[in-house]
Amino acid sequence: MSEILVQERNIVIPGETLAQGMDYLPGDNTYREDDKIYSKILGLVYISGRVIRITPLSGPYVPKIGDKIIARTIDITMSGWRADTETAYSAMLNIKEATSRFIKKEEDLSQIIGIGDYIVVQIINVTSQNMIDLTMREAGLHKITGGRIIKINCQKVPRVIGKQASMIMMIKEKTGCEITVGQNGLIWLKGTSEGELKAEKAIKLIEQKSHLEGLTDKVQKFLEELA
Amino acid sequence: MVYTKRVDGRKIEELRPMIAKVGVIANADGSAYFKMGNTVAYAAVYGPRELFPKFLQNPKTGIIRCHYSMMPFSGSGERIRPGGNRRSQEISKVMNDSLEPVVDLSAFPNAVVDIFVDLPQTDAGTRCAAITAVSMALADAGIPMKDIVSAVAVGEVDGTVVADLNYDEEAYDAIVSDIPVAMTHIKKEVTLLQMDGEISKSQLMKAIEMAKLATDKIYAVQKQALLDKFVKE
Repeated sequence: MSEILVQERNIVIPGETLAQGMDYLPGDNTYREDDKIYSKILGLVYISGRVIRITPLSGPYVPKIGDKIIARTIDITMSGWRADTETAYSAMLNIKEATSRFIKKEEDLSQIIGIGDYIVVQIINVTSQNMIDLTMREAGLHKITGGRIIKINCQKVPRVIGKQASMIMMIKEKTGCEITVGQNGLIWLKGTSEGELKAEKAIKLIEQKSHLEGLTDKVQKFLEELA
Repeated sequence: MVYTKRVDGRKIEELRPMIAKVGVIANADGSAYFKMGNTVAYAAVYGPRELFPKFLQNPKTGIIRCHYSMMPFSGSGERIRPGGNRRSQEISKVMNDSLEPVVDLSAFPNAVVDIFVDLPQTDAGTRCAAITAVSMALADAGIPMKDIVSAVAVGEVDGTVVADLNYDEEAYDAIVSDIPVAMTHIKKEVTLLQMDGEISKSQLMKAIEMAKLATDKIYAVQKQALLDKFVKE
């Protein structure tokens, strides 16, 4: 006899029993002990067929191949740059992944990307020990100049972008800002100072209310009231 | 004289009134506030982040590092010198040991989760309040955990087994034992068991049974606090 003890989109805390019996399977952020499935994290329950999984409401960024992130260079080495990714692990950007131009042996790498510069990069490799390799040779990846960087919890990034990027398009349109969202929770805003401030307020609002439904309308109303 | 009436008029298994909140410190990755009677604990969680000194790093899993600290005028007596001392070192260590079994940081090798607990006001049971607060703060920070830990002090005051001793009971002029107990919720596994004073085996078993019921009550408060952060409008 198997039964699910929670409903879709319920908020559960770690150690909460989700289901009983062997008919259900533990998905992301859950674990099975004996014939019960328990939650492993504070989050929302999603049930797809027999699999129960939980999307976290908060938590650290786990690097994944293909993610676009915003990082800050913290060191220059023989072969490239070391970048801080706002996680427990720093990342390496090799010279050949930074530019398509030929770089001479004696060239000063700080002229290309200096220490402290922010860069929009993509993750090309992650090892089991969470060592990260980056590239800047895809479309839309570049060194950041001007604007401002804000930080949000990385679990709220999907809400900031919205379905088919609806949320981010709306904020861009209303504030006239250029916005780049990194999967690690760093966001780059560039526009007029008022526009940047408005966009920042809107994004902070999304971060606060990310667990509610109908968020795009709320944010739209918020931005219209600000104007 | 037998201890039948408790100094603050509670029933023998009754806990002091509890208040719990999560997300009280904006700059931390996770935080919690837990008040039990006159004992107040703030817990802040940072990380997972890079662990230094490097020799502490564990390439197989992340670790947790607790820092317990009582504030200078938190007690009822003399001013307490702030910063680490032998007592706080011990409590930090037992807190670490009581939380490690439930925290799963295998996805974060070489990293550390730093946990800071400050107690602005104390009236016995500080390590229990601290563990209870940290447990909520870790969940709030989105750290993977197998279970929630709840902690309570039980003990024997002049022949009577009571739950959640306050300072007046700890200092009662008779034979007193003070036993802080931390337990997981699902299996009621004991992750902390210490004792001051003396107690017979049968009374100890009675005290631990009482702790099981008491931690259930604390768990309910912890759970409600975590859910209250996400109330619908």
